Amino acid sequence: MTQTNDKPRVGVTDTLRRFDDRRAEAVSGLRQRWSDLPRAWRVGALVALIVVLYALPDLAIPGIRTTETDFTGVLFLVAIYVLIAVGLNVVVGLAGLLDLGYIGFFAVGAYTVAIFGSPNSPVVIKFPWLVCIPIAIALTMISGVLLGWPTLRLRGDYLAIVTLGFGEIIRLIATNSTITNGNRGIAGVPVPPGNWPSFVQTIGIDGEPLGGRALFSINDTRPFYWLALTAVLLCMYGVRRLENSRVGRAWLAVREDEDAAEIMGVPSFRFKLWAFAIGAALGGLSGALFATHNTFFNAESVLLQTSILYVAAVVVGGAGNLLGVTVGAIIISYLPERFREFADYRYLLFGLALIAVMIFRPQGIVPSRRRAVELADRAKEAPTNV
Amino acid sequence: MNIHFVVNDFWELVVTGLTQGAIYALVALGYTLVYGVLKLINFAHSEVFMVGTFASWLTWTWLGLGVNSKVPPLIQVLGYVVIAMIVAAFASGATALVIERVAYRPLRRRNAPSLIFLITAIGASLVLFEAVGLIVHRQPRGMPVLVKPVVLFHFLDAAVTNLQLTIIISALAMMAALDFFINRTKWGRGVRAVAQDPQSAALMGVNRDRIIMLIFILGGILAGFASVLYCVKVGITTYDVGFNLGIAAFAAAVLGGIGNLRGALLGGLLLGVVENLGAGLFGNPWRNVVSFLVLVLVLLFRPNGLLGESLGRARV
Repeated sequence: MTQTNDKPRVGVTDTLRRFDDRRAEAVSGLRQRWSDLPRAWRVGALVALIVVLYALPDLAIPGIRTTETDFTGVLFLVAIYVLIAVGLNVVVGLAGLLDLGYIGFFAVGAYTVAIFGSPNSPVVIKFPWLVCIPIAIALTMISGVLLGWPTLRLRGDYLAIVTLGFGEIIRLIATNSTITNGNRGIAGVPVPPGNWPSFVQTIGIDGEPLGGRALFSINDTRPFYWLALTAVLLCMYGVRRLENSRVGRAWLAVREDEDAAEIMGVPSFRFKLWAFAIGAALGGLSGALFATHNTFFNAESVLLQTSILYVAAVVVGGAGNLLGVTVGAIIISYLPERFREFADYRYLLFGLALIAVMIFRPQGIVPSRRRAVELADRAKEAPTNV
Repeated sequence: MNIHFVVNDFWELVVTGLTQGAIYALVALGYTLVYGVLKLINFAHSEVFMVGTFASWLTWTWLGLGVNSKVPPLIQVLGYVVIAMIVAAFASGATALVIERVAYRPLRRRNAPSLIFLITAIGASLVLFEAVGLIVHRQPRGMPVLVKPVVLFHFLDAAVTNLQLTIIISALAMMAALDFFINRTKWGRGVRAVAQDPQSAALMGVNRDRIIMLIFILGGILAGFASVLYCVKVGITTYDVGFNLGIAAFAAAVLGGIGNLRGALLGGLLLGVVENLGAGLFGNPWRNVVSFLVLVLVLLFRPNGLLGESLGRARV
């Protein structure tokens, strides 16, 4: 009786699954072809892609421009999300630690720049932007170590709840303490120094040539986007190098089987702490850049749902794979801006996406090959009576 | 820092803390049951509670009670509360069951790592939270006043109202009932067997899937009861009510020893008191920080909780 009821439903999921399998095969085929290309071609294509990315605010590609919001601002936001996803990927994807309070590091970075750089904060000495950024990165790294030191010895699921608690504590401090000024926030966050070179004679928005004027100003979002894009590219390069180094292999070993790694002589706690600190630093950097662009930061930007959205970006895209998490971050930040009419439903839709991806394709849309093998291995080991 | 206030009103704070803690304990039981059997944190349990509060609100609205309606006579109040409890228990139990079927069962078949369970649980929690948020337009919903607090007696110079007494006693009664169910009935023996050794239990003829459904329903029913008590006590609910309460209840479960039913009771009451004292000391905005700190400290120094993790070993 139940079988007749179940059949059409199973048919639909089967078709969907087969369709998705074909898509995944196509993706991995493309990646294979990409890695078979001569090195010079790959470098050339990457350089071309990077040039296009830098020029994106001024290119008129039909269909991708957002209609209701400033397109360059959206690009900046996407870059920030990608930076966050790259940082969170170190923690979640590479080291296998579920961090639900990543927004806490973002907020620490943003508030550090705001408090040390803004004239409206209680700190007496005003530091220039170039000094604030290293302070922000250092402080978020320290906060990552302070959070990780006691908690990284815990089992994975406890760690998730404790990091969630950390995010909530940061939010409460942001809302209630006097130094962060609550919902009124801190205005006057410094911007990077530098002027347009005098040979640039392009006409700015107000009809004056750009040459000789301040590069980072409220009138023009493009330099902020370029700055964020540069940060993204540098961090991606760094993370890619780390991934293929001794540290990356240690993370992998710890993620797959901590006890076995420990027996093989990998000091798992130290490497987990490193992953936490590096992830935190990248989160802090993204927060700092975000506050720089807005020249303002307040407690309303610190929302725990956003933190879960970050995890969704990493997990849906494909934890452990830089391309995957980039795709995830772009989906999560760009789609709600492009299709504003659905923006209110975004948490709902991403919540559904989290469940669907975990059930049908736990390795993510663009999976890391090694993780896909790991998960398939576990499925084979499943006891038959469960 | 408000030491003067805390010292002067110590027992008052303890009594209000116990009332809050009784509700935590009921919700904590849901975490503990699932953890005891499946060794996984049912992150979406907080939203099960939230669904219960809205079910009670709907019930009372259907029965013609509004925010401004007069306090009805005692017999009617009992009727209203019992009906709300039935509806809320049904709604919460059904929600918990749906979460189990949709988010957990497919993963169990694949022996997925526990982090994947946690991620689907977060997804389920986000979906419920947002769905209710969109339905109620993210506005709070006020409840009718069903019980007018009357001071019944004084306990060590703390006034105890009829409301506080009722909440504590009904929570204790429900927990006693659950304890009886788990320790003395055939179904309860099945739960303990699966918690202790799923494979042997399966060999002895215990249907594991059915037991798992049972614990989710039980946890949901208790969360439903807790949500009615919460509504009577607080008189307002929002779509995000589950988040902080869920974290506190989880902290309570860990404090008592997750997987241990009596531990959930002890942890809930203790956490309620500690949180209330902390809120008195540092100010109300920092209330939730206290439960997080308690959680972290317990996990650091006594990760098995005060009474130890032991649903399987509940009765030898």
